[in-house]
Amino acid sequence: MTKTYPDSKGRYGDFGGKFVPETLMAALEELEAAFEKAWNDESFQHEYKEMLREYAGRMTPLTFADRLTRETGGAKIYLKREDLLHTGAHKLNNAVGQALLAKRMGKEKIVAETGAGQHGVATATVAAKLGLECKVFMGEEDMRRQALNVFRMELLGAEVVPAESGSKTLKDATNEAIRYWVTHVDDTFYLIGSVVGPHPYPRIVRDFQRVIGEETKEQITEHEGRVPDAAVACVGGGSNAMGMFAPFLTDEVKLYGAEAAGKGMNTVQHAASINRGRPGVIHGSLTYLIQDEAGQIIEPYSISAGLDYPGIGPEHAHLAATERVTYEGVTDKEALAALKKLSETEGILPAIESAHALHLAIEVAGQMERDQVVVVNLSGRGDKDVETIRTAFKEEGEAE
Amino acid sequence: MSTIQEAANTAEFPLFIPFIMAGDPTPEATVDTALALQEAGAHILELGIPYSDPLADGPVIQAAAIRALKGGMTLSNALDLIPQMREKGVTIPIVVFTYYNPLLQLGVEGFSATAAEKGANGLLVPDLPLEESDEVKEAANRHDLSLISLVAPTSKERVDRIVEQAEGFLYIVSSLGVTGSRDAFHEQTHSFVEEVTQKAQVPAAVGFGVSKPEHVRALKGKTDGVIVGSAIVSLMGKLTNELKGEEHERKQALGEVKKFVHQLIAE
Repeated sequence: MTKTYPDSKGRYGDFGGKFVPETLMAALEELEAAFEKAWNDESFQHEYKEMLREYAGRMTPLTFADRLTRETGGAKIYLKREDLLHTGAHKLNNAVGQALLAKRMGKEKIVAETGAGQHGVATATVAAKLGLECKVFMGEEDMRRQALNVFRMELLGAEVVPAESGSKTLKDATNEAIRYWVTHVDDTFYLIGSVVGPHPYPRIVRDFQRVIGEETKEQITEHEGRVPDAAVACVGGGSNAMGMFAPFLTDEVKLYGAEAAGKGMNTVQHAASINRGRPGVIHGSLTYLIQDEAGQIIEPYSISAGLDYPGIGPEHAHLAATERVTYEGVTDKEALAALKKLSETEGILPAIESAHALHLAIEVAGQMERDQVVVVNLSGRGDKDVETIRTAFKEEGEAE
Repeated sequence: MSTIQEAANTAEFPLFIPFIMAGDPTPEATVDTALALQEAGAHILELGIPYSDPLADGPVIQAAAIRALKGGMTLSNALDLIPQMREKGVTIPIVVFTYYNPLLQLGVEGFSATAAEKGANGLLVPDLPLEESDEVKEAANRHDLSLISLVAPTSKERVDRIVEQAEGFLYIVSSLGVTGSRDAFHEQTHSFVEEVTQKAQVPAAVGFGVSKPEHVRALKGKTDGVIVGSAIVSLMGKLTNELKGEEHERKQALGEVKKFVHQLIAE
């Protein structure tokens, strides 16, 4: 029998834990107890599932990509369509769950961090729906790059606060959100966007995302009469991947995570925390971390703003160390090619993040038999990326 | 009894524990500042290690860390400053203040051995709560280093557990939030400080926001001392050019630091 994680100390094997200032410890204990109680409470489960169904638009389809499959010439490829969820990505599953939990805990104010703005938009959306006050920290540099998402959050009634420290990106927005939380911990709920941060966050976010994998399991069984041979997802912090993987961990399913290899695994411009990082502590969690020799955190790079996080959820670190999941780097270029291919063969424009998973899925499927089955989590839609994609293809065209 | 506790026990109120950032603005200035602070009445020195992502720190310490990192300061380089401080006559106990990740990269055992060998007396890791501290504490104690514990206003039921194992001195976090100046402290702060100090089996000192003489005066009779970081670091930030300059300029700048300290802790 496999052990269930996290353990009582919030560890996933050697990873995870709670490396935070003492001021936050009591809040984390309170959160852990509140989540445990809510998760096992039928009325909470009912409320959460109802909101996912009636508001977010679940269940999302599992689409058979017949033309892509034919072109790949290997295993059948199915797409889990989180791109069709309200706000355009899987992020809403978690935002709904945590916001309901905040409300249940009597907290009327929520604070969140965001990189490209997807989690910020999801949080602002739920906050509007539930009547919560919402503050989103976003790196100043990201606010410039994703001005439209800043406007979206503001339209939804959230206050976007520029994170001006460090490299002014997701890592720093997270630092600022945590600093804000330390200061307002008595009345504010910190709604973290991925399976990262101190325990119990990685567990909470995983469990609010596992609906992805649970639906997939049910749907693929309907289509194929069995579980898939492989499942693929992209990993930045790793929430969509944990959601997809969690229900399959004890099944005979090969699991693959696509890390952002940016300009290449052998350059310094990547976000491949698992393949190129070393164990270290970031945002309260012990995990694989991109850092220099002295332990200073290095700003990662990826064309996709949702994948350029220098750490990785601690459960992924554990799944990598125990070789349960295979993590491969996918470059900007490979992701863009996969994005184009899916657009042309299936009429679906995926987010650049999801295109990383797609590239890996095509590779994996290509080496498998035609009667085998691969599911890939299409974690988000690409509308937000159109400008980035256009610029990238233009540069590529000019380089050739 | 640890060296730190001995120093803390013999101090009259206020037990004064200043914090400086190693390498801000230069390693030489750090060494000289340590001596100046001892001359100004410091009983224990907190030597801060710059970190790229200091979660518990406000803008002043963050800025100092950036200045120090630009100069190439690391945890190992900072430890090398301690023998230089000792050589110049710094005799007070030195507590190395570092976030967990740089320490982890150096190795918990390796760090402890080196720190002790270089003349450090203690260690404070702001993102290492009690539950995660066993390994570090064992390694530190093996090398006669005290691991300083922190208590926060939110600690509540945790206070007893923390107090029970505290060594050296107990760091009382004055209020919610990150390091940096606060205008005034709430009435609640004082009762919390008093309560924790009474429970403590080692001397207790209050930090986070202590920046004015009236803050210090108001704490008399309620606790044993104060930890002053941002206020000193901020002043040093303003004196960056002088501290980087010729010896006489540096001396003059350090004179100002001393003057500030005298006013702060004078009763």
